[in-house]
Amino acid sequence: MSLTHLFDIKNVAKRFTKANETITIFDKLNMHIAAEQFIAIMGPSGSGKTTLLNMLGGVDRPSDGEIIYEGLPVHTLSESALASWRAQNVGFIFQFYNLMSMLSAAQNVELPLLLKKLSKKERKKKIDAALALVNLENRANHKPAELSGGQQQRVAIARAIVSDPKLLLCDEPTGDLDRSTATEVLENLQLLNREFGKTIVMVTHDPAAAEFAKLQLHLDKGEFVEGKQAGSAA
Amino acid sequence: MSLLGFIRKNLTRNKLRLCLNSFAIFIAFLLFGALGAIKNAFESGVEVAAADRLVVVNKISFTQPIPYAHINKIRSVEGVKHVTWANWFGGYYQDPRDQLITFAVDPETYFLVYDDIDVGPGELEAWQNDRQGIVIGEGIARAKGWQVGDRVPISSNIFSKKEDGSSTWEFNISGTFRPKNPQTGSNYALIHYKYFMETQIWGGDWVGYLPLTTKDPALNEPVIKAIDALFANSAAETKTSTEAQFNKAFLEQVGDIGFIIMSVVLSAFFTILLIVGNSMWQSIRERTNEIAVLKTLGFTAKKVFSLILAESFLLAFLGGLLGLLAAWALVRAITPLTQNFLPALVMGKGVFLGGLGFIVVLGFVTGIVPAWQAMKLNTIDALNRR
Ligand SMILES: Nc1ncnc2c1ncn2[C@@H]1O[C@H](COP(=O)(O)OP(=O)(O)O)[C@@H](O)[C@H]1O
Ligand SMILES: [Mg+2]
Repeated sequence: MSLTHLFDIKNVAKRFTKANETITIFDKLNMHIAAEQFIAIMGPSGSGKTTLLNMLGGVDRPSDGEIIYEGLPVHTLSESALASWRAQNVGFIFQFYNLMSMLSAAQNVELPLLLKKLSKKERKKKIDAALALVNLENRANHKPAELSGGQQQRVAIARAIVSDPKLLLCDEPTGDLDRSTATEVLENLQLLNREFGKTIVMVTHDPAAAEFAKLQLHLDKGEFVEGKQAGSAA
Repeated sequence: MSLLGFIRKNLTRNKLRLCLNSFAIFIAFLLFGALGAIKNAFESGVEVAAADRLVVVNKISFTQPIPYAHINKIRSVEGVKHVTWANWFGGYYQDPRDQLITFAVDPETYFLVYDDIDVGPGELEAWQNDRQGIVIGEGIARAKGWQVGDRVPISSNIFSKKEDGSSTWEFNISGTFRPKNPQTGSNYALIHYKYFMETQIWGGDWVGYLPLTTKDPALNEPVIKAIDALFANSAAETKTSTEAQFNKAFLEQVGDIGFIIMSVVLSAFFTILLIVGNSMWQSIRERTNEIAVLKTLGFTAKKVFSLILAESFLLAFLGGLLGLLAAWALVRAITPLTQNFLPALVMGKGVFLGGLGFIVVLGFVTGIVPAWQAMKLNTIDALNRR
């Protein structure tokens, strides 16, 4: 048991109603996420991995139960309070990078900073630091189309960390990459976890990618089934 | 990159779409500015009308003459200050396309009634004393390069002389005049009524219309009633009105220019509203995924709403201001060519402010629906959609 819980997920239920039919994704999901943990969540397609990530990131709400982040009941926050909470605490990384094609790498990284009152100099410092962390300082002015998939994903990582959130939520971050590029991206995440203390929750269906995490969890039929553990436990 | 920079990047991401949209807006505002100036020029006669001036015309139509004998009767009406008379001459200089609006007037009384027009010192007397004298608006003198003392042939496209059937009269330029209010047109010329009438077979006992002044604008109503009552049931009934009403009625004869112009402008606006609105909508639909990403980055729904609305305002201002600027330049460029029939053609502050108002409306109307949709966009659905 870790001493500090970043997240406490208590009895979370998630149901979708579609055409008079209610699908239950989770019924009573319970889990804790320790600060500075690196969790890989694996599971078959449709098992609710993305839904869980979205609820953790406050872009989706549980039908029932509680999601507590450092004592804050995230599930009760208003839409705009959630947005500011996300801006402070959460960085998202998606399978398809989701960069804006008309912006350079640096400008993409800058997007979260548009929500903060910072001087031009401070902003540049943060962008440079984020790009340096993913080894892309010499690609700052390149458009996404001029970058490889792996480089684009690293820009997305830089965008996720530029405002220094504690939590990174990654949904199949290597799903669209070949093995060696995927490794670069995963090493980047590992570095962020080890050296910068970022808590990472990564969804993946690639066992090799999951190896980079400290803890692997398997989601099936709305429940976690014990997975392989590396390093400290949750 | 500032927030404004980001909005600009969004606006300019599709250069072709930006060009087409801003061009459509540009054209609409060019039309708005230029036609607005023309509309104002047409209506300026109403605005600059003197408060104490009335015009008596034949009740049947202002193109029908009035008996000369009416003049003295009207002079004796209580409250009337000065009475003068005038007749349309038509007029062109050498080429019928080179129009010179000319009236045959009474030199003794004309400038008593039109006391808001200045004639050069000594020139009024010179004109009054020369039967073949003509006074011209200073704009004409400048445009034609005519000087006092020049002898010029002016032709009428309506009348001809009884002696030889020629329709060209020779005149001596006695002087130039200029209105005290620069908004009033002065692109016409004045000749002696008598000199003109003597050349006409059936001339002498009728006039075209009678301008007059009252002793006080407050007397306008009673004077109008008294004059029209005086000739009621006579062979030549009159219709008296204030100069402002007269100018307006004249405009309505020409056709409701204002209405036509507003119809053109409104259809142009409606068209760009559809084009630009549809294009904004489409551009936001294509960005569904990006908007969802912005929301995951912590942009609030309100922020997303204002980003999109600001983008459509930026587009409206870009095309609109350029269009108004071009209209202003265009109006300036054609002013010398329209001196004769639209002397007061300028794109004034009113048109510009009206244009700004329309820009704001356009930005709002084209942006509000996409902005609303972006605000309401369900992040999860949008992210799942790809
Ligand atoms: N907005 C939604 N409406 C209805 N059903 C949904 C919605 N989002 C997800 N689901 C369903 O929930 C289940 C889990 O989806 P998801 O979390 O995307 O799974 P995973 O990421 O593990 O593949 C799927 O069966 C999916 O169809
Ligand atoms: Mg998924």
